[in-house]
Amino acid sequence: MPTYDRNDASVVVVIGSGAGGGTLANELCQKGVKVVLLEAGKRHTIDDFVNDEWPAFGQTAWLDKRTTSGTWRVSRDFSGLPAWICKTVGGSTVHWAGASLRFQEHEFRVRTEYGDIKGATLLDWPITLKDLEPYYARAEDKMGVTRTHGIPGLPGNNNFKVMHAGAMKLGYKKVHTGRMAINSRPRDGRAACQQIGFCFQGCKMGAKWSTLYSDIPKAEATGRLDLRPESQALQIQHDASGKVSGVLYADRDGNQHVQKARVVCVAGNSIETPRLLLNSASSQFPDGLANSSGQVGRNYMRHMTGSVYATFEKPVNMHRGTTMAGIISDESINKPSRGFVGGYEMETLSLGLPFMAAFLDPGAWGPQFTSAMDAYNHMAGMWLVGEDMPQESNAVTLHATEKDQYGLPVPNVYFDDHPNDIAMRQHAYQQGSAVYEAVGATRTIRTPPYPSTHNLGTCRMSAEAKDGVCNKWGQTHDIGNLFISDGSQFTTGGAENPTLTIVALAIRQADYVAGELGKGTL
Amino acid sequence: MKQSDVARRRFLQGSAAVAAGASLGVLGPWADALAAAANMKILSRDEVATILVVARRTYPHDRLADKFYMGVVSALDEKAATDGETAKMLSHGVARINRALGKPFKDATAEQQLAVLKGMTKDSFFQAVRGTSVTALYNNKELWPLFGYEGSSYEFGGYLHRGFNDLSWLPDPPESASPKPE
Repeated sequence: MPTYDRNDASVVVVIGSGAGGGTLANELCQKGVKVVLLEAGKRHTIDDFVNDEWPAFGQTAWLDKRTTSGTWRVSRDFSGLPAWICKTVGGSTVHWAGASLRFQEHEFRVRTEYGDIKGATLLDWPITLKDLEPYYARAEDKMGVTRTHGIPGLPGNNNFKVMHAGAMKLGYKKVHTGRMAINSRPRDGRAACQQIGFCFQGCKMGAKWSTLYSDIPKAEATGRLDLRPESQALQIQHDASGKVSGVLYADRDGNQHVQKARVVCVAGNSIETPRLLLNSASSQFPDGLANSSGQVGRNYMRHMTGSVYATFEKPVNMHRGTTMAGIISDESINKPSRGFVGGYEMETLSLGLPFMAAFLDPGAWGPQFTSAMDAYNHMAGMWLVGEDMPQESNAVTLHATEKDQYGLPVPNVYFDDHPNDIAMRQHAYQQGSAVYEAVGATRTIRTPPYPSTHNLGTCRMSAEAKDGVCNKWGQTHDIGNLFISDGSQFTTGGAENPTLTIVALAIRQADYVAGELGKGTL
Repeated sequence: MKQSDVARRRFLQGSAAVAAGASLGVLGPWADALAAAANMKILSRDEVATILVVARRTYPHDRLADKFYMGVVSALDEKAATDGETAKMLSHGVARINRALGKPFKDATAEQQLAVLKGMTKDSFFQAVRGTSVTALYNNKELWPLFGYEGSSYEFGGYLHRGFNDLSWLPDPPESASPKPE
């Protein structure tokens, strides 16, 4: 592995090594570009992972100080933990469940499709499904997504059997074990899934795609990647012409360095990315970098979410096998007669006993709660995930007084549900409960949203510079050599789990950045 | 270590003697017997007994042995031993709930105890016992088998050949929806 000189201003600096940054770094290295990859977290190996929820959480979750506000229940239940995302090489691709769904055609143009929704800052994406299709295909091939490229689906577990049987009774048609970036057979040097049941804790088989053991080693094999773990980006610097020139970061010992750069790509997930831009304010850019629109940190989306768990007379043992083992997609359509715009997916989900206690109904106690826990091995569960409405007031901002270990303001995450989100959640709870009641559920439980795993939209793409932060390539409107390379780019959220789209956008951005570097325009 | 082994054995014997009382919903004698045998760093006998009752009333599982609830008390005792604020909060909290009924909380009826706890859900003492219980109880590997949770599976080769799809009380999905394992 090379170690580039910190004064080497010819490198591309990528900040964050997850789905966006890890993919982008690899794709750039494959094209001959020199990349310095700054990652705040440690580098773990598959051997480090543990099949134990709390220790695994302590190993990979981003636990640096954050605050919350707004009326969302997460702020009440988990006031210091707005998001369940990772601080580790591989980012949240270590933790993700593997669901890899393409956006639908209309989800790229929802302002046109849904019209003017009061209180929502809906906008059409500056790209279409057609623009992204070739990159979706490349992403699916790279990640080994089941039910694409001739890769068979995964076998369904007990939790899926319950979901499937209930879905059939309700007349749902689009029900299967999903499109998953989990190997159903050995592929690309990674083993097949053994149905371990700890997808969220880091896959011990390496069967689930993660940049940690897929893209990053491939990038290293090119001899062009300089990966610096435990390197927390603190500030992006710029020159007098307003171009970014380097990144100030703290190494594992707290020593601060500046890495010069020709191009900087930010992929710190949708809380850290806008925070870094805001913390990089200067006399030339007093409101933060790339923020002439005032949109940095705004339009924060987290998907409409919720879960339904149900207990049955007979055992289920949902903890056995893949966490997200199957999907119902019939409700993932825009059908305003349901009382809301946009759609949602229903995906099986399972938690182990320790996390079930913490998340089933946070704060609940007494016999109602313990009788549900007593039925743990007779329980089936699903996660509900749908498109939420962007709102300007839902925002990541810098805290006025709280500082992190480097003396920088911590991020505050403000969120209120939009009435459309609430109506959708209500519908999803009702349909999820109906699926289980159709096959004899003795009780159904509506579980509120967990800390956000899908953080989106805080540096959104827009055709017009006044409406967002970056253009259709993720290039910021204000600064030509500064890119947004993660889910922060999303103009709107779609109903689908976002990782596949983040990876597709990163592949596409790599093509663009390498092309522009070749032309000498960056 | 020896001391606590002896203590554990003694309170296990003690709890058998008061099991009938516990099942009738009167927890005071049960808690007193356990507290008398407990080996805590800082909590008083009355505090131990009272917190035990609060923990069992908060997360009541008839199938769970006393030692699991004593685990909650031990976790709070550990914290109080190194943190004066926690120690103060616990002792004030116990005094508060004892005052609430005009008699020792642990000796009250289940109905009275639940009414007191329902009225103090925002109280720091109640939240400390409740929050500690979530992990001290459900993250205790010893009790996982009682709930049918099997824990770490990697070392056993996952569940691919150990029942991941053994549910037989519903029809199997067609292979188009759920392919057979390769």
